[in-house]
This record gives sequence, C-alpha cells and structure tokens, in this order.
Amino acid sequence: MISAGIDVGAKNIKIVLVRDNRIIAKDKVLSGFEAKENTNSLFEKILTDNGLKKEDISSITSTGSGRKAVDFATVSVTDVTAASKGVTTKFPSAKTVIDVGAEEGRGIRCDDKGKVVDFSINEKCAAGSGAFVEAMSRALEIPIEEFGPMSLQSDKEIPMNAQCAVFAESEVVSLLHAKTDKKDIAKAICDAIAARISSMVRKVGFEKDIAVIGGVAYNVGFLRSIRSNLESEVLVPEFPEFVTAYGAALITE
Amino acid sequence: MNIPTYKTEQLKCWNKAKELRNNFYKNYASAHEKGGIRWAGGAWSFGAIPAGLGRDVFPLTGEPYAASIAFNKEFSIRCMEAVEKKGYARDLCSYMRNYWGSIILDEWAFGGKFQKPDFMWQDHICCSHSKWYQVASELEGGVPTFSIDVTVGPYNTVKEHKIDYLVNQMLDGIEWLEKTTGRKYNDELLIEACKNEFRSTSKWAKICELNMTQPAPLDEKSMYSFYVFGTLAKHSGEFADFYDELYDEVKYRVENQIAATPHEVCRLMSDTQPPWGFLKIFRYLESFGAVSVGSLYTFGLIGVWEDKPDGSWGARTTPMEKGIEIKTREQALRLLADWNLSKPEWQHFYSPHLKSEMMIKIAKQWKLDGIMLHYNRGCEGLSLGIAENRLALIEAGFPVMTFEGNMGDEREFDEAQAKSRMDSFMETLGFKQLKI
Repeated sequence: MISAGIDVGAKNIKIVLVRDNRIIAKDKVLSGFEAKENTNSLFEKILTDNGLKKEDISSITSTGSGRKAVDFATVSVTDVTAASKGVTTKFPSAKTVIDVGAEEGRGIRCDDKGKVVDFSINEKCAAGSGAFVEAMSRALEIPIEEFGPMSLQSDKEIPMNAQCAVFAESEVVSLLHAKTDKKDIAKAICDAIAARISSMVRKVGFEKDIAVIGGVAYNVGFLRSIRSNLESEVLVPEFPEFVTAYGAALITE
Repeated sequence: MNIPTYKTEQLKCWNKAKELRNNFYKNYASAHEKGGIRWAGGAWSFGAIPAGLGRDVFPLTGEPYAASIAFNKEFSIRCMEAVEKKGYARDLCSYMRNYWGSIILDEWAFGGKFQKPDFMWQDHICCSHSKWYQVASELEGGVPTFSIDVTVGPYNTVKEHKIDYLVNQMLDGIEWLEKTTGRKYNDELLIEACKNEFRSTSKWAKICELNMTQPAPLDEKSMYSFYVFGTLAKHSGEFADFYDELYDEVKYRVENQIAATPHEVCRLMSDTQPPWGFLKIFRYLESFGAVSVGSLYTFGLIGVWEDKPDGSWGARTTPMEKGIEIKTREQALRLLADWNLSKPEWQHFYSPHLKSEMMIKIAKQWKLDGIMLHYNRGCEGLSLGIAENRLALIEAGFPVMTFEGNMGDEREFDEAQAKSRMDSFMETLGFKQLKI
C-alpha cells in the first residue's frame, strides 16, 4: 500500500510517496500562479518516474496553504497536523517542531504521543520566513545557497532592530554603506530570524527535543543561531522541506 | 464521533430587533424636525443623564455607529483614507477613525449627510474616549462637549470617595446640560432612565446566562445583533422591554432545545471586538459543529455582572430587585456610578489579570472547549494584556487560538489566514469539518 502526501506551499509543491512509513519517492516543483495545474503535473510526473499508476496509491492527503486546490485528495489536513505527524514519526523524542517555510514560520508543541498541544504561526509579517532570507540574499547580492555558509564565517553580533522585512532590508543597505562585511550582515540576518522564530516557539512553551523543518532548515547559519538562541541542540531531518508532505502521507497510511 | 442534530429556527424577535435599530438611527436623524435634541457620545457614556432633558432627546453612540461603517467595507475604506489624508495616524482606534471619516466625508452611514449632534456627552476610561469627541467636535466646527472621567480603578477597589468623584462630575454635567440646551432638567426622567439601564444591562446578562445550556440557544454572531441595544441606549425603556421579550424567547428555546447551530459538538468563545466586516468567520466555525457561545465583550461590554455567593458569575441584582426606592437626583447618580463601575469590560483597563479571571470563569461555567483571542490592532484599550490572557487561559487548561486583525479596519484582517488558523485549531481540538 502506497500513500501520497502533497504539501502545496506558498513557494513549492512537495509530493512524497510512502510505503510502510518510509519515503519511496519525493519530488517538488514551484507553486507558481497555477498551483492546481502544477500539483496535477507533479503528481503525474512522480507516478510516471516511479512506474506507478494512480490506482497504486491507496490514499492521497493534501496539506499546506494551497491544500484545497488538490481536488483529487482523499483527505486534507492542516500544516500543523502534518508537520507534527512527520516530525514525531521521524524523531519520536521530538516535542517541539519549528517549521520555517517560504511565507510562514510555525512553532508547534506536541505531547508524548505526538498530539499537538499548542501552536503559533507568524501573522502577516514575513520577517520570520524563507521569503525574508531570499529578500536579504538579494539585497546582499549573494546566492541563497551561500547565505548560510557565509554567515558561519562570522562570530560578530550586530543587532538588527527592524522587526519588519522591509525595514530590515533598508537596515542591511545601511550596513553595506557602512562597509560592514557581508558575512557579518549574513550572520546578523540569521540571528534576527532566529530571534523572531524563537520568540514564537517560546510563546507555545518549547520542550526538548526540538526539530527544525521547512526549507529554511537548509540554512546552516539559521540553525546555528536558533541553537544559540534556544540554548539547545536541534534535530534536522535529511530532507526538511518534505517532512510536512511525509506527515500528511502518514495520516492515512 | 456521534454528531447530534438539534432543531434550529430563526428568533421570532429578529425582525423587531432590526426595526428597533433602524428606528434608533432614524429618530436621531429626524430629532430636529420635531424640536428634539441630538447628542453624540460613546456607548459607555452615562446616557441616562441627558435623558433627564426630555423624552425628545436622542443619542448617537460612536462605537456601534462605527461598527456599522466597518460592516460596509467600501464606505469604511473611504472613511479610513479620509482620516489618513487629514494627517491622523493609522494605528489609532479604528472605531474612532471610521467615525471621524464619516464626519470628514460628510456622509451618514445610512445615506445622506452626516448628522451633526447638538452636544457631545462622553466618558473617559480608554485613552481614546475624550480625544475622540474632542476631535469630532473640532471637525464639526465646535460642538459643546462634556466628558466624565471614570478612571478610578477596578470595582474591587471602589470606595465612597471614588463614587463621589464620579457623582460630582455628573452633577456638574447636569448643570452644563441645562446651560448648553437651555432646558430645565427633570429628575423623574433621570430616575426612570437609570431604572431602565439597571433593568436592561442586568437582563442582558441573564440572557447570556441562558447560553450555558447545551446546545446553546444563541451564537455569538446573532448575539451581536442583540447586545447592540445596550450600546445604543441602555437607558431606553423600549430597549429594556425588548430585552425582557428576548429573554422569554431565549428561555423558550432552552426549554425546547432549539439550538443556534444544528450540530453543536464544540463550544468556543472569543474575547473582545470581532473584525466587524468578517462576521462570517463565525459561520465558518459552524461547519465544524463549533458554536461560539459569546465573549467577554458580548457578555460584559454592556451586561452587568456580579460574583454570586456560590462563587459563580451571574447577572447583577438590580437596586429595584434589592427593594431600593430611588427618590433623588443624587441617589440615582450614586447608584448609576456604582453600577457602571462594576461593568466587566471596564475592569481590564487596570489589569489583564482581571480579564483572565473573568474569561476563566466564563470558560468553566459555559463549559467551553477552546477560546479564540483576537489580537485586535483596532483597539488598544481592550487588547491590552491579551498575551497575558492567553497564558492564563492555557494555564487554566483551555486551548487558545490567536488571530490578528482589526475590528474596524479591514485592511488589517486576512480572512484566508484566519480561516486557516481556525482549521488548525479545530484539528488540534480533534474536530473535523462535518460532512452532513
């Protein structure tokens, strides 16, 4: 029996196929303006690439901000449920989930059985999300892949006072004009996002172990900052941006 | 899960409520045609006092008027933009901005030109209250304004000297009213209006008490259509009578298990003002079988409550129920001051802990499964300490969902995001959208 989890996020659509709790295939594509069509195409592609037919899939669970666009889904669950399911299956000791995607950051607290006890999500502000990192990497004119590693070269603490992505960008420009080294600015940005996410996680009351998922978990600079801010080690799965889709697939497996 | 199905039906007094509300605004607008007087002030102002000027004195209360504007998104946006163009900050009270916008545009929310009052009669507990009418007066070319300071602390600290402080201002206010309007003041009308206020605000609390019943006979969205009378003119005999009628009908619904929503499986409440342009979010909750049975706002903005000897929270006993005979102006004003100082929504201007205590009481007595807190950017006063409330409610064992928005400025509310938040909350509570 194979189940599918489809996470229609603000930036990417992720699909995983799961058998016996294990991911047997995964793929992603940009959500774009036509999330529905792009989801359909990606689903067909993942089936074709793996020599499968739709009948081979016993259940399809959609999640993510665009989950309602998946009209062929058997079930639909929210990101909070899917993320906690994915994380607590992968890391049974995890009680706190930090999920930082393109447009949303989430802090989720789970009980011993993986049930969600409380959650917190950023509001309209993008300052604690992947979109913020992308905007800052554009401002610094460095590729997003180099952003995290570059920040690790710095150990300076430059406070970024702006709470808003727009004002933070002008603060970055001011730092550049002041001839501040890019690696120090990159670290300051990672610290700022981590501070914002940490405060959200503290709001739900974090407990160890803490797992970090979502695309921003690829940013090693952010991971260093969040460890430092929460004064705790964090668990990071191998493919952090697929964990929510994985959790969705597990809901009906 | 076993999904119950209850009988539902529209409230019989619904149309009467609509008619009363329409007449309220019509009476104000047409007051001058019959030689009457119009005054404007906040929903919390001591409306019973100007009632002593005669039976042809009609109020316009700012908050419900501004909420009506907020419900009309197109007009509200124009009001907001007019206020911003005039140089006022976007983070001020959104009721106040809607109201000022209506003056600046010279448009009445119900058609025609803005209906200017003859005087302003306000009180002051929130940082915006007196300023609201000071600016309104200026925008209207200098309307005489009187404001009563009621910031004497929470009710559990009220002593005689604090009552004196209010009563002395009220007495000055009566002299001011006589001077401003040229009318002789009638104490009998004042006493009658005070009695009406005690009756209507206590009866509204009794109506809210009926919502402890499962299934709830009323839902929060419908309650907004009724609580409003207390915000329009809590001293009105007509409205006090209407609450008696409403109470009887809601009691009938309780006795006959007539529910607000057909499949109540989950009971929630909110805290303060909702985003008025998006009341449909309450209907969205019903798709999960969730009914919001009220809020501290619907219960306690106008309803007056007290701690009962058994520790429960219930409608405050009126002076008339206590057998007190009101004979003089001073006595009426003392009772009126004391009564209003115990108003639940006045308490948490002094401490968020007082709000938490009241909300926990409601959550326990009304048997709630969860609570929604509106991080309302439109009202600093009632949102103050809301994060503290969240922690206290969680500590008391109640799951809490928060959402950001604005009661009167739709630009600050994201409907899709709020619904998504509700989806997550309902899922964590173990409820799914009903497929019935």
